[in-house]
Amino acid sequence: MRSPADLEAALAGLTSPVKLVFFTQTFGCETCLPARQIVNRVAALSDQITVEEYNLVIDKEQAEAYGIQRVPAIAVVGAADTGIRFYGAPDGHELVSLVESILLVASGEPGLSDESRVRVADVDQPIEIQVFVTPT
Amino acid sequence: MALANEHITAAAVAAAEYPDLVRQYQVTGVPKTIINETGEILGAVPEAAFVSQMIAALGAGSETPRPGETNDGPA
Repeated sequence: MRSPADLEAALAGLTSPVKLVFFTQTFGCETCLPARQIVNRVAALSDQITVEEYNLVIDKEQAEAYGIQRVPAIAVVGAADTGIRFYGAPDGHELVSLVESILLVASGEPGLSDESRVRVADVDQPIEIQVFVTPT
Repeated sequence: MALANEHITAAAVAAAEYPDLVRQYQVTGVPKTIINETGEILGAVPEAAFVSQMIAALGAGSETPRPGETNDGPA
């Protein structure tokens, strides 16, 4: 796992724009504010990172467009939506994953082995991957 | 995976914040990966094994492990 200093340096070197689309709601979301603060801190590390915020209840069109049903949620978007989502305040290890996914999206490369890429390219049905994690 | 194929979406879910999902998918340890609602991968597995299990989950039904069981791989 890379150190915070390594991650900050990597983000500072970003050369492609990445957008963090953040979904929140006004009431009943205790971790929405902490999540937004973490998103702000990450975005501050690079001019290439921008943040858009939408309200799950008020901005229904955007919520549907990104397939968001729960908050807090972060969609990592490069040239187009990548289908990468983070649900919950990204602490600890999840923060590392968020930063690494930003780097991955900016690079435009999936970062998989050649063999994996071939196998995955053949998939023509929707696959929804949900990985349950904890901060430590 | 999500970057490699536009049909694939990938979400990291903070287990502590969504107890209803933890119950729904019977998450008792992390990481636990759910593929299309029914496929399960327990723990961290090597990339090739992940791809295999992900693709196997598409043929939902007989191939997917029942909750609490796992096909192979270290926990």
